Amino acid sequence: MATDPSPAGDTTGAMRPDITPLALFIAFSQLALSGFGGVMPWAHRTLVERKGWLTQSEFVETLALGQLLPGPNIGNMAVIIGYRFAGYSGAVAAVTGLVGGPFVIMIAVGMLFSSYGKMPLVQNALSGMSAVAAGLMLATGLKMTGSLKRQWRPWLFAALALGGVGVLRWPLLSVIGALAPFAIAAAWRKET
Amino acid sequence: MQAVDLPDLCLHIALLSLMAIGGVGSILPDLQRYMVEANHWLSASQFADAYALGQASPGPNMMFVTLMGWQLAGWAGAITATLAIVVPPILLTLGVTRFTANNADTRLGRAIRGGLGPIAIGLTLASGWILAYSADHDWRGALATLVTVVLMLRTRFNPVWLIFAGALAGMAGIL
Repeated sequence: MATDPSPAGDTTGAMRPDITPLALFIAFSQLALSGFGGVMPWAHRTLVERKGWLTQSEFVETLALGQLLPGPNIGNMAVIIGYRFAGYSGAVAAVTGLVGGPFVIMIAVGMLFSSYGKMPLVQNALSGMSAVAAGLMLATGLKMTGSLKRQWRPWLFAALALGGVGVLRWPLLSVIGALAPFAIAAAWRKET
Repeated sequence: MQAVDLPDLCLHIALLSLMAIGGVGSILPDLQRYMVEANHWLSASQFADAYALGQASPGPNMMFVTLMGWQLAGWAGAITATLAIVVPPILLTLGVTRFTANNADTRLGRAIRGGLGPIAIGLTLASGWILAYSADHDWRGALATLVTVVLMLRTRFNPVWLIFAGALAGMAGIL
């Protein structure tokens, strides 16, 4: 968010009467149900390319804000976008659309899994899928290291978070509580 | 397996949801510690299976939490887990959107973003580490994980196809 005004903060002028809570509900249902293995590419396709509700840079700025805030990135984006276009009911409609359909699907998967999950074929398929899912997560983390500056400090904090939570298995709250103040203070001091 | 304490599950997921910086991947290690190691509600491989199923199903990545809730305590568990992961961040986001979005580019805002970014990256890698640890039972699983990493970094394959390929390889008995 290098530029201002931030689209998320611009709540007065951005109301679009044609983007109703129902339209938001439908759009977020569609993008959620299209998104196998993560919905962000579909969110971009739906909101920017097909509907034209957001410009390219508005999408990126909303994504950055969604990532900065804790919680699921796409959930935060749904709140920001829904609120921007249609106020509180827009935010609720967008989130409900995002979560509702996938919720039903997850229950169906859970039911099928409790019936067929013990079958060797299903177990074998799952162990293959789990190995790949682990690789996807590692690759995502490695890709993100591309944004780290070529200084030792950010790499040190990344390594400490990996070591503390991943290797040593300490509770997340303790690790973040211990690291975050130093990390933020270091970033603050470097600006002077 | 032990009986599931729903209020405690709700509180724990709700707290984690507010610490999920950079996405739900960062809370995966602690969720695993909580459900598998501290409470023995799921085995490590059940946890990895639920995560993989969540990834392979359409919807936001966070929905694997719904599936875990379902496996722990049926409908009540699924609804509890879903609300706990969704609602607290939404309330926070609404508050922040209303009051402080215009101040995101202050020095403090930049320091918070710049400081937390590397931690989010480390936590994502920790998630991958723990998933690999639970999923890769022998060298073939580890190799599949490694091949996935290389393909993701070097090519532009849709991740869904890689998960599908992993399922096929598993069914064929290769993994």
